[in-house]
Amino acid sequence: MTVRTARVLIAKPGLDGHDRGAKVIARALRDAGMEVIYTGLRQTPEMIAEAALQEDVDVVGLSILSGAHMTLVPRVREAMNKVELNDVPILVGGIIPDEDRDTLLTLGVVGVFGPGTTTDEIRDFIHTLVVKKDTNE
Amino acid sequence: MSDLVTSLLAGSRRALARMLTQVENATPEAQQALEKLFPHTGNAWIIGVTGAPGTGKSSLVNALAKAYRAQGKTVGIVAVDPTSPFSGGAILGDRIRMVELSGDAGVFIRSMATRGSLGGVARATRDVVRVMDAAGFDIILVETVGAGQSEVDIVRTAHTTVVVEAPGLGDDVQAIKAGILEIADVLVVNKADRPGANQTVRALRAMLELGHPAAREQFARHHGRLIEIEVQNNHQDESLWIPPVLQTTATNNTGISELVLAIESHRQFVIESGTITALQKQYLELELYERLQQALMQRFLQTMPKTALADMINHIEARQLDPQRAVNQLLATLDQPSLNIQANES
Ligand SMILES: Nc1nc2c(ncn2[C@@H]2O[C@H](COP(=O)(O)OP(=O)(O)OP(=O)(O)O)[C@@H](O)[C@H]2O)c(=O)[nH]1
Ligand SMILES: [Mg+2]
Repeated sequence: MTVRTARVLIAKPGLDGHDRGAKVIARALRDAGMEVIYTGLRQTPEMIAEAALQEDVDVVGLSILSGAHMTLVPRVREAMNKVELNDVPILVGGIIPDEDRDTLLTLGVVGVFGPGTTTDEIRDFIHTLVVKKDTNE
Repeated sequence: MSDLVTSLLAGSRRALARMLTQVENATPEAQQALEKLFPHTGNAWIIGVTGAPGTGKSSLVNALAKAYRAQGKTVGIVAVDPTSPFSGGAILGDRIRMVELSGDAGVFIRSMATRGSLGGVARATRDVVRVMDAAGFDIILVETVGAGQSEVDIVRTAHTTVVVEAPGLGDDVQAIKAGILEIADVLVVNKADRPGANQTVRALRAMLELGHPAAREQFARHHGRLIEIEVQNNHQDESLWIPPVLQTTATNNTGISELVLAIESHRQFVIESGTITALQKQYLELELYERLQQALMQRFLQTMPKTALADMINHIEARQLDPQRAVNQLLATLDQPSLNIQANES
C-alpha cells in the first residue's frame, strides 16, 4: 500500500549503556526498507522529542533495558506532546513485565515488545501503522 | 500545503520538518511549495562537508555548528547517509555526534538518505537545502560521505566545500582517485591527535602543488566544473584560491576557530572576486538544464508505448541497432506520430 519510505526514530532513553538490542532492531528495519534515525545512548525525553520533530518520523521506538520504563516512557510521551507530536506513535521494546505492558498501553504507547519478539513482528507492526497513517491523511 | 509554507516562513519547526518530508518524497504539493519558497532563498551560506567514512565529518559539523552559534548565527544541518542498495532502507546515525546541539532553537538537524535514484540525490539535497534556506538559517552545513559522483553533485549546492581526511586513511593516491581534492575549497586533516597527521598534511599540500597553477586556478574558479565562467576580476593572482590545509581534532574543538576563519576567508574571496555571482548563475543554469532534461524525458516517455521501447532495446541488444540511431528514430516521432524502428537484419 505505501510506496513511500517509512521513517523511524530508534532512541535509548535513560542511563543504561547497552544498545545492542536497539542496533539489531535498527538494522532489521533498514533491511525492511525503512529509514532509521539512530540517536545513540542516554537520550533525555526532550532530546528524543526534538529529534522526532526535526526528522518528521512516522514512529518513535524506545529501547529500555534499565527497568525504568514506567518513569521514562510517560516522560517521553509528555515531551513529544509538548512539541505537538501527539499523533506520533511510540513503541517500547525491552524487558517489560506483563503487568507494566497494559499500563504502558494506556499511557500513549501503541505497542510493547518484550524479549521474545521477532524483528519481523516489529517490522510488520510499524508497516501497519504507516499504512494507517497514510490512509487517514 | 500553503498553510505549511506560511507556518514555515513564520518560523515553525514542525512545518519545516514536514515540508522537508514532502520535498524528499517529491510530492506535487512540494513542487508548489518550493515555488512559493524560492523567492525567500539565496541568503544562507552553504557549507559542504565531505570525506571518507569515519573521518569525523559529523563531529566537525557539530563543532562548526557550535562555533557559528557562538557568533549568534543560526545553523541548519543536512546529514546525508547512503541508502542500502539491497533493501532501500538506511541507518542514519550522524545525530549521535551532534547531541551537544540538542535543545538549541537556533539549530535544526535533518538526516536524509541518498535513496539511490540517479541524479535524484543531488536534486533532493538541493531542494532540502533550499527549504532550510527559506526557513532563514544563516549557515547551512551539508554532510555527505565522499564515495563517488554523488558528493561531487551535492557539492554543486555548496558555496564552500570542506573536504575531510584523517591520518592514515587519506593516502594521497586514493584522494586523487576520488577526485575529491578537486572539489575542496578547504582541506581538513581531522583526528590530528592521532599519529601521522603532519604526514597527511604534507601529502595533501604536495598534491595541491602538483597541480599546474592554471589548472588549480580553474578548479578554484569553477569549483571543479569545467564550464567557463567569466570572473570579473582580471588580476590573475587575486583570482587564485589555493585551498588551505588545516588540522583539527573535532572531538575537543582543537583547530575549529581556524577552520571557521578559513571558511570565512573563502567566503570573502568568492564574494570579492565576483566568483560567487558567476558560480550561483552557473548552478542555476545547470539546474535548469537538468530539470528540463528530466521533464522532457518524462514527457517523451509518456508518449511512447512501453512495448515499442522494449522492442527497440531488444534490437540494440541483438546489435541490430546502435543506440544513437535508436535515439534518432525516437526523436523522429516528434515530427511524425508513430515510431518506426529501422534495425538491421541479423
Ligand atoms: N581521536 C579522534 N577521534 C575523532 C575525531 N573526530 C571524530 N572522531 C571519532 O571518529 C569516529 C567517527 O566520527 P564521525 O564524526 O561519526 O565521523 P563521520 O565522518 O561523520 O562518519 P560517517 O558519517 O559514518 O562517515 C567517532 O568515534 C568519533 O568520536 C578526532 O578529532 N579525534
Ligand atoms: Mg557522519
